[in-house]
Amino acid sequence: MLGYLGTGLFYPASAGSALLAPGRAFLLPGRTTHGHHQIELACESCHSSPFGGKQAMQKACEGCHAAELKEANDTHPLRKFTDPRNADRLEKLDATLCVTCHVEHRPGITTAMGLSLPRDLCFHCHAEIAEDRPSHAGMGFETCNSAGCHKFHDNRALYEDFLAKHLDDPPLLVSRILPARKLPEQKPVPVPDAKANPAVVRDWLETAHAKAGVNCSGCHGTPWQERPTQAACKECHAPEVKGFLAGKHGMRIAAGLPPMTPALARREMRSEAGHRALGCTSCHAAHRFDTQKAAAKACVGCHRGPHIEDYAKSAHAANGVTCASCHLPRVEWHDEDLGVKRILVQHNQSETLEPSEKMIRPVCLHCHGLGFSIDALAGRKVASLDMVRKRLLTRERSRK
Amino acid sequence: MKNILIGGLLLGASVQAHCQVSYKEMADALHAVMESDRTVYTRMVVNRLQNEEKVIKASEHFKDERALPLPAQMFRFGSEMVAEKKMGFSYALLSMWPINKQNAPKTAAEKEGLEAVAKDPAKAFYKEETLGRVKYYTAVYADRAVSPACVSCHNEHKDTPKKDFKLGQTMGGVVIRIPMK
Repeated sequence: MLGYLGTGLFYPASAGSALLAPGRAFLLPGRTTHGHHQIELACESCHSSPFGGKQAMQKACEGCHAAELKEANDTHPLRKFTDPRNADRLEKLDATLCVTCHVEHRPGITTAMGLSLPRDLCFHCHAEIAEDRPSHAGMGFETCNSAGCHKFHDNRALYEDFLAKHLDDPPLLVSRILPARKLPEQKPVPVPDAKANPAVVRDWLETAHAKAGVNCSGCHGTPWQERPTQAACKECHAPEVKGFLAGKHGMRIAAGLPPMTPALARREMRSEAGHRALGCTSCHAAHRFDTQKAAAKACVGCHRGPHIEDYAKSAHAANGVTCASCHLPRVEWHDEDLGVKRILVQHNQSETLEPSEKMIRPVCLHCHGLGFSIDALAGRKVASLDMVRKRLLTRERSRK
Repeated sequence: MKNILIGGLLLGASVQAHCQVSYKEMADALHAVMESDRTVYTRMVVNRLQNEEKVIKASEHFKDERALPLPAQMFRFGSEMVAEKKMGFSYALLSMWPINKQNAPKTAAEKEGLEAVAKDPAKAFYKEETLGRVKYYTAVYADRAVSPACVSCHNEHKDTPKKDFKLGQTMGGVVIRIPMK
């Protein structure tokens, strides 16, 4: 028994082995969060060094989450806390480590959002906020975060000047349109460079691949690979594949595990789809790569539950808003190597999912006003816009 | 004054493998680079393009507004990048009249230093202080309004506690900290 558990613990490949994986599962110290459960048996993903301590763990957190935080203009980046002038604050709350606030394997203190979050996280540094903002006097220490006004990391849709700019947005904007994706330059190749049945050739000819000069060998490679993986897609769609591997559909592959299947999910899934191993072609069926199908039909092929049933009856469905419009949004992507930016689909669903305020700018504001979006996502009236309106009025009066 | 060993090239002095440099000399040299770069960006980029040529604005929300970062942000981003490189020393732009209250003086040395350079901008302030059980050599230098853009932006900002800055006046200070061996 000890030998079996020991092999599970010390042999990383046991995470992907049907025989040895139960040994690893037995050693889990507690139920993992829904963000990590898919890779919970790849212990090394987080516990990268057995004797590396908290810093090794921190490195692992940053390995997966640092880019997203940077993109979000993280309001509280690590470098803010390494400044010696904040040494007294660090002694109270070590904000240089993610695990100070977010601990894993502790279901008793894990929130619905999928992580632990101390209620007093703002208090230690901002206890005197009412001196600067009298409107905040008397507010509970937990309300900064819970009232829907501020977030620790991502405040792109919540900062004062942005709220002020959108004070009078109507609930539904006159122009409601998603940003257009910018596709690579078109160089058509109308002749396939491999033998294929007519249906496959027809599908291929109708796709952007044929128009962009991507022939059969462009995906199937040389020597011929019968079923290309995301590695082939990455040649042209690197940011999309990066997002896929960072999100719920591809994170198991990124962790060196067998691909995700709906049967492994904690969310409600269709039983008949349970065995499907997820890759790029699970949603973008070859050889047609129909993005419209991938935007909704592909999702409901696996997902089920009240959210999907409600969607079918919603104004969103009636107006052409797909699952992807909200959960795989079109975002601005910056290629720092080339120094360019373009619009593409973010394939990491988590990046715009929780906390829900992350969805406001890349998703909701394409069709809805800011106030409506904040309230709709919070499920109640949030006071932040009214407070900014009052502040602007007070400022205006003081000028006169 | 204790000396520290640093690469001679850093000070642009004679090219030698190593040389002995005091904490004060090190801080002064670092500040000379910071102040020069800061002045160049403020005068030759922001003031020229925003105030004189009126080609592009500088804004606190430069990404959202497709504008230039403010000189103070430019300085701060540099400071943050240095912090990420873990070079040992750190620097910050602070003020007794900060727009962001987090940039008000916090330690005794910062308060004393900012007051000193406000009174006599030509003279830097030096002090040793202990923060988080680490002893630092702390130097504070006056940060002056080097162009009309500094004055107009600060005086008109909605969160400014002071609305009568004048060109050439001290608006705050650059605080450099070097951990002492």
